[in-house]
Amino acid sequence: MTELIKVGMADWKIASSGDVLKTTGLGSCVGLTLYDGAAKIAGMAHIMLPSSEIAREEQFNRAKYADTALPDMLQAMIAAGASRRRLVAKLAGGAQMFAFAGQDTMRIGPRNVETCKMMLASLDIPLIAEDTGANYGRTIELDSTTGVLTIRSIQYGTKEL
Amino acid sequence: MSLWNEFKDEFKLDVLKEVGNIGAGHAATALSRILNHPVDMSVPTVSLVPFEEIADRVGGAEQVVIAVFLRVEGDAPGNMFFIIREDSAKRLLRNLLSIDTEEGAYSDMELSALNEIGNILAGSYLSSLADFTKLAMTPTVPSLAIDMAGAILSYGLLQFGQMGDAALLIETKFLEDRDTVEGQFFLIPDPESFEKIFRALGVPGS
Repeated sequence: MTELIKVGMADWKIASSGDVLKTTGLGSCVGLTLYDGAAKIAGMAHIMLPSSEIAREEQFNRAKYADTALPDMLQAMIAAGASRRRLVAKLAGGAQMFAFAGQDTMRIGPRNVETCKMMLASLDIPLIAEDTGANYGRTIELDSTTGVLTIRSIQYGTKEL
Repeated sequence: MSLWNEFKDEFKLDVLKEVGNIGAGHAATALSRILNHPVDMSVPTVSLVPFEEIADRVGGAEQVVIAVFLRVEGDAPGNMFFIIREDSAKRLLRNLLSIDTEEGAYSDMELSALNEIGNILAGSYLSSLADFTKLAMTPTVPSLAIDMAGAILSYGLLQFGQMGDAALLIETKFLEDRDTVEGQFFLIPDPESFEKIFRALGVPGS
């Protein structure tokens, strides 16, 4: 029985044995997914902000920031039986929903994507596909049986990576 | 964290409710002038909403909404959204422009009209708020998006994202015929703006 596991905003989850991970309404947030095709273990993070260095809270939610969410999720996947060398990554989201010139916080989408890519490179995890940027929202699903990432948007319908 | 404690103070929440009341009241008047028929509005709600639940206020993360977003600049910066459902938007356009509109598609003229409506309403909301608080608050040029509610609203939460996992939302609904929701206003002041608003209004202890 395939289960649909919902990943909330500033949250990550892992899945195996045919379960599907889903997160809805990615705007400037980034959906970062990792997959081990041999162990059939999948992970999905819904990342809101690039770096925990900007956190102004003492005990922050590590799933919110790219630089803390990725290592945590990676560790959980390895603990569940994934091999670090087999992991591949896919990215979706990081849109710029509204255009405002010269406002740094409004460029958060592209910055989220850049930081995820930097983190992946530093962990030696290959990024094999992405659907990022532009100005529209995305809902994504990752199938732990196949590693296929399905991306749905209002304007462009459904596509698979 | 002191900011979160402040939001437990009933009196301060009432002050913020009044802020929403005054702003949205003026905006509702502006809208009823545009439409040439009365527009009611709900009593504002002020609540600390977990990020996860914010999109539920407009029908869920994947609900398609039309949103006019603008950034509030000046003494008490923040984010503002005017959100309308597609059927309400089409009705608004028919009443305003007297043109036959098509479901699910928008001409440049319609988009521009919706953007302008958002602009007028947000402008009247903010100018009444600025008068009331004597704080300088000016809207940026508005930007319109038609997309998933989750994708749109998360944009207004980034300033709060660095502080925690919830945002303080001042919400007002516009009603037509008492129960049909015409549109919603969300004002999300930046975390630093609350102190300024409270101080400007002479709230004790601020």
